[in-house]
Amino acid sequence: MSDKHLSTQFDAELSGISTRVLEMGGLVESQVAQAIYALSNFSGETASQVLAQEEKVNTMEVEIDRDLSTIIARRQPTARDLRLLIAVSKTIANLERVGDEAARIARTVQRLINTGVSSRMRLPVADLAFESELAIAQLRKALDAFARLDTEKALEVLKQDDQIDQEFDGLLRKLITYMMEDPRTISASIDLVFVAKAIERVGDHAKNLAEVIIYVVKGTDVRHNSVAAVETMVR
Amino acid sequence: MDTKVNLPVTEKPKLSVRNLNFYYSNFHALKNINLDIPENKVTAFIGPSGCGKSTLLRTFNRMFELYPEQRAEGEILLDGDNILTSKDDVSLIRAKVGMVFQKPTPFPMSIYDNIAFGVKLFETLPRVEMDERVEWALKKAALWTEVKDKLNQSGSGLSGGQQQRLCIARGIAIKPEVLLLDEPCSALDPISTGKIEELIHELKNDYTVVIVTHNMQQAARCSDYTAYMYLGDLIEFGPTSDLFMKPKKKDTEDYITGRFG
Repeated sequence: MSDKHLSTQFDAELSGISTRVLEMGGLVESQVAQAIYALSNFSGETASQVLAQEEKVNTMEVEIDRDLSTIIARRQPTARDLRLLIAVSKTIANLERVGDEAARIARTVQRLINTGVSSRMRLPVADLAFESELAIAQLRKALDAFARLDTEKALEVLKQDDQIDQEFDGLLRKLITYMMEDPRTISASIDLVFVAKAIERVGDHAKNLAEVIIYVVKGTDVRHNSVAAVETMVR
Repeated sequence: MDTKVNLPVTEKPKLSVRNLNFYYSNFHALKNINLDIPENKVTAFIGPSGCGKSTLLRTFNRMFELYPEQRAEGEILLDGDNILTSKDDVSLIRAKVGMVFQKPTPFPMSIYDNIAFGVKLFETLPRVEMDERVEWALKKAALWTEVKDKLNQSGSGLSGGQQQRLCIARGIAIKPEVLLLDEPCSALDPISTGKIEELIHELKNDYTVVIVTHNMQQAARCSDYTAYMYLGDLIEFGPTSDLFMKPKKKDTEDYITGRFG
């Protein structure tokens, strides 16, 4: 039996909305990468670009949501079609929040530049590079898994979320040491703690995306389960 | 094919179908159907035309016996008694298992007599009690307020939706245990359909309701259990919420998501 609907229009609507989600995902992913670049290089210009993109991401979320409601109203989808649309709704909400995290980082960069902190003292921003690489890779992998509805890849994302959490804990310890050594750095260091937290949240959103993909494919809600339990559910 | 179907232990079966085969002359229309229809619940049958859902419904009250070339083999247990081999008069079985058809079929008589006619076949009621029964049935069928001032007018003067509710009132007036609905809304507009669906919801407090429908959303809206049939086989049977959210069989999923064919 074919994978296509009797209604080719419905097929077009579903694939259209999935494509838009991936577009939004791509935009948000580059937003995060740019925010990290802005931080590593204290580039006010790049930070402004990140903030300028925020509005675009928000608009995309609203538009995709509107299309979702239209499809549900007109097609009354069931089973995997319905699960896909629910997943789209959750995915874009998560992506929008990833965009918010990127904007948060960009605003922090602007503040560090505007207050002259970035030129006055040497901040350990390079230490955040590894955590952000992990988070961006996770986000990319989750979006890939969404594009292919690949549960194995989604499972990988769930498994690797721990690494980001560990990296965040490590960064926190480092920054605390840094503050203890030189109390003048406290204010800036707290900013960096918030940045590290924002990056860690990006990883969490990637994990949410992965859980939603498993829901679409398997019809099983795997949230709030250990990775090992999810693995047995998926396989 | 695995046709073994188990209801949750909390459900009591009202009708149990066991190894049911049905033939139109040489055509094998139902293939070894096994399923339990739970008491005081709404069970819907869905599937493409010719899948056997209406045929199955018509075995539940031996309606098929009106045609000599049709025969059923196997068991249909109503509270444990096989109605296919029952020695009871078939009209007694049909009094227990009432039926409403796709097209409204009011008798060519007054609204009142449409209801009273069937009751008189089984019970001898004094006039006052008959009046009460007619009012009760019309109220149950959500038609009373619309017809209470014209009970002596002909039933065929009502709108399609009202006629169908009149037929349901007629069906429940003899107080059956099971009510079979064969595409009861296919000739009705959405408002009348909504009223019938509301009525189905009310009826399940007192009756076991079995509905055949082409409209999947209708099955999704108003049934507790859904069975998907294809080419005479029962493909999948389960709680409606599971079947429409996460069907177990790919064939079911393809059908309900419109990937069929």
